[in-house]
Amino acid sequence: MSSNPSRAAMKRYVWRLMTVMAVYVTALIGGQLAMKAELLGPQAAIAIALVCGLCIVLTFVIMGRLMIETQDEFVRLLFVRQTLIASGFALSLAAVHGFLSDFDIIARIDAYWWPVLFFVGQFVGQVANRVQYGTWGALK
Amino acid sequence: MNNRLKVLRAERSWSQQDLADRLGVSRQSVNAIETGRYDPSLPLAFTIADLFGLPIEAIFSRD
Repeated sequence: MSSNPSRAAMKRYVWRLMTVMAVYVTALIGGQLAMKAELLGPQAAIAIALVCGLCIVLTFVIMGRLMIETQDEFVRLLFVRQTLIASGFALSLAAVHGFLSDFDIIARIDAYWWPVLFFVGQFVGQVANRVQYGTWGALK
Repeated sequence: MNNRLKVLRAERSWSQQDLADRLGVSRQSVNAIETGRYDPSLPLAFTIADLFGLPIEAIFSRD
C-alpha cells in the first residue's frame, strides 16, 4: 500500500540522469583537456562533440520517459507544465537573441547555450507551479 | 468543483499521507485536491469514491 509507482519512476529518472551526466562531464572535461594538450585529432574531436551532444539529447529522452512512467496524474501535470514553461522560456530568449544578434546589436553565442537556458527554464516552471498549485512538483 | 475529501479523511483520522498511500498517489496530489487547486480525473475520482465506499456525487459537487 505504501509503494508508490511515481516515486519508483522518479528514482529511475534520477539514476538515468546521473549516468548520462557522468558521461557528459567526463567527455566534456576530458575533451577540453585533450584539446588544450593538442592530443585530439579531428575524428576524436568529432566523436567527443557528438557524445556531448548526444548526452543532452538523452536528457530530453529521460525527461520524456519520466512523463510517461509517472503514474501520479497531478505530478505529471506539474512536470508537463514546468517543461512547457521551460520550452517557452528558452525558445523566446533564443528568438529575441537571434534577432538582436542578426542586427549586430549583441554578439552571437554558441547554440548549446539554449538547452542550458531550457534547464534554467525548468526552475522557472517550478516557481510557476509553486505559485499556481502550491508545490514545486518534486516527489517527496 | 467542491469536494468533501478533507472531512471524509478527518472522520477516519487519516493524514494526507495515509490517504495518498491508500490511493497510490503523492501527498501533494491529495493536498491539491483537498484545497481545490486540482480536480482529479474520472478514474482517480472513482478510486476515491471506492475507497470511501460512497458514490462520486457524495464526495464531489459542482461549484
